[in-house]
Amino acid sequence: MKKEPRAKMTAAAKNEARWAWAFVLPTILGLIILNFYPAIDTVIQSFQKTGDFGMGNKWVGLENYKNVLGAGETWQSLLNTIKYAIIEVPFGVCIALVLAVFLNKKLKGTSAFRTIFFLPMVCAPAAVAMVWKWLYNQQFGLLNNLFKTNIAWISDPNLAWISIGVIGVWSVIGYNMVLFISGLQEIPGDYYEAAAIDGATGVKQFFKITVPLLSPTTFFIVQTRLIGALTVFDLMFMVMDKTNIALQKTQSIVYLFYDYAFTKSNKGYGAAIVMVLVAFIMVVTFIMQRAEKKLVFYN
Amino acid sequence: MESARTRARVSKLTMYVILIIFSIIMLVPFVWMILTALKTNQEAISVDPFYILPAHGWHWENFAEVWRSYNFIILYKNTLLMILFRVICACLTATMAGYAFGRLRFPGKKFLFSLVLIQMMIPSQIFIIPQYLMVSKLGLLNTISGLVFPGIVTAFGTYLLKTGYQGLPKDLEEAAAIDGCNIGQRFLRIMMPLTRSSMVSLGIFTALFAFKDLMWPMIVCTKAETTTLAAGLAKMQGQYGSNYPTMMASAVLALVPMIVIYVIFQKQFVEGIATSGGKL
Repeated sequence: MKKEPRAKMTAAAKNEARWAWAFVLPTILGLIILNFYPAIDTVIQSFQKTGDFGMGNKWVGLENYKNVLGAGETWQSLLNTIKYAIIEVPFGVCIALVLAVFLNKKLKGTSAFRTIFFLPMVCAPAAVAMVWKWLYNQQFGLLNNLFKTNIAWISDPNLAWISIGVIGVWSVIGYNMVLFISGLQEIPGDYYEAAAIDGATGVKQFFKITVPLLSPTTFFIVQTRLIGALTVFDLMFMVMDKTNIALQKTQSIVYLFYDYAFTKSNKGYGAAIVMVLVAFIMVVTFIMQRAEKKLVFYN
Repeated sequence: MESARTRARVSKLTMYVILIIFSIIMLVPFVWMILTALKTNQEAISVDPFYILPAHGWHWENFAEVWRSYNFIILYKNTLLMILFRVICACLTATMAGYAFGRLRFPGKKFLFSLVLIQMMIPSQIFIIPQYLMVSKLGLLNTISGLVFPGIVTAFGTYLLKTGYQGLPKDLEEAAAIDGCNIGQRFLRIMMPLTRSSMVSLGIFTALFAFKDLMWPMIVCTKAETTTLAAGLAKMQGQYGSNYPTMMASAVLALVPMIVIYVIFQKQFVEGIATSGGKL
């Protein structure tokens, strides 16, 4: 505002500003009503005890936070969420990278493979989780029948988090792969030709050329996937029954939020959980931005 | 020379083997879903003998039964309308704001655009409780408007379209300005049509996001006849949890339309995701 005082604006500039304000008005108004006001309201509610029917909220100071941070299940679900991310992000990224490199070699049938790998991206996670729950079924599921095992894939507390992570990996491979392919296409072919003349083989080329030159893409994918994984909800909600003994060891922090805010209708407590999640994600984002400078190679 | 050629052939073969193994892993859940949907429950849960294919004919009537008992027409209609309105709203508001942020000069631009960027950085869970309370106060629970509500504007789309508009050459607009077009005409007739690919990306992203979302429809549309496919499935699982063919038939019905659309418009889908890179 300071740079362009009103008095100095020409008629044309004023005209342009008027059009521009009219154009951004719906979006800005929408963002204020639908996002900024709600964000502030969530902060306020996290200091309140929810009254009946959302009326008469009582100010309770830090009580919600004391309860949330004092509850073992909060820390357990944070840990569960991190464990989920530790499976989904590295495996989802590495497998996708390998597949993308293969598909970028212009082999026959590339488009068919691409179509197949991308398929889970257009599927509702609710349906995907239902199908996997059936595959994992201990008595009648395909996996135990095929391998002649009797593994409690989703009700063994020590195993369920991995089983859910596998669904996550299966779901994101195609998405990561597509982003990798578009990153790979930006690496100039000359680099590979020069390397081939010097006698560098495929594997060497991959680590010396592809990995460093692709690092901005990789970083972008890791960052988006990490945030996505830390806010996972659908998979746990659909796969884990309320009575599942492994639920405690798999429910994510967003699941816990949903449970308190909407199933148990304790909005104040739910709001405090959200604030813990936001703080956690802020810290992760901050660390990621620090890491970017060290790990990413920009031309 | 000979050994180099052999090596190239071996590495090609290795790549194919890995690609095929992963293709099978990707496809097995879909195949098993369809096969189970065509069995009787007796066949689905019979381990000994272990039926891979439906042993006593293909039970297409499972689909008809789910279709009737869960009123899939209404679920399709709700999902479609939610997607349609969200796509229209998002494209309309984002293209206008994107044009202003990308091409026009006005006081307050930096500050207003920083609002857009901040919204993109905050986890969306922080908006949900107050958004729900607003929808509830407006009396929009269990309505299409309630489903559309959080998607009326889009910070991500604004950012995407702004980038699209910034990439356009300057002289086009200048020529139009000399011809006496005002800003509105320049936007509508010249600039907007040129950002069609960004708009398509945003449209696909918005549609997929809305289609896949589970929590919001579960919160605002609690009745079976007002909800979407994703949230409808969650309801069905609670009710028919142990009738596996029924569950798989409903999963097939929920997934097939989007898969068909994807197979037809594959290029647009893949490009849309690659260019937008939005978090789905």
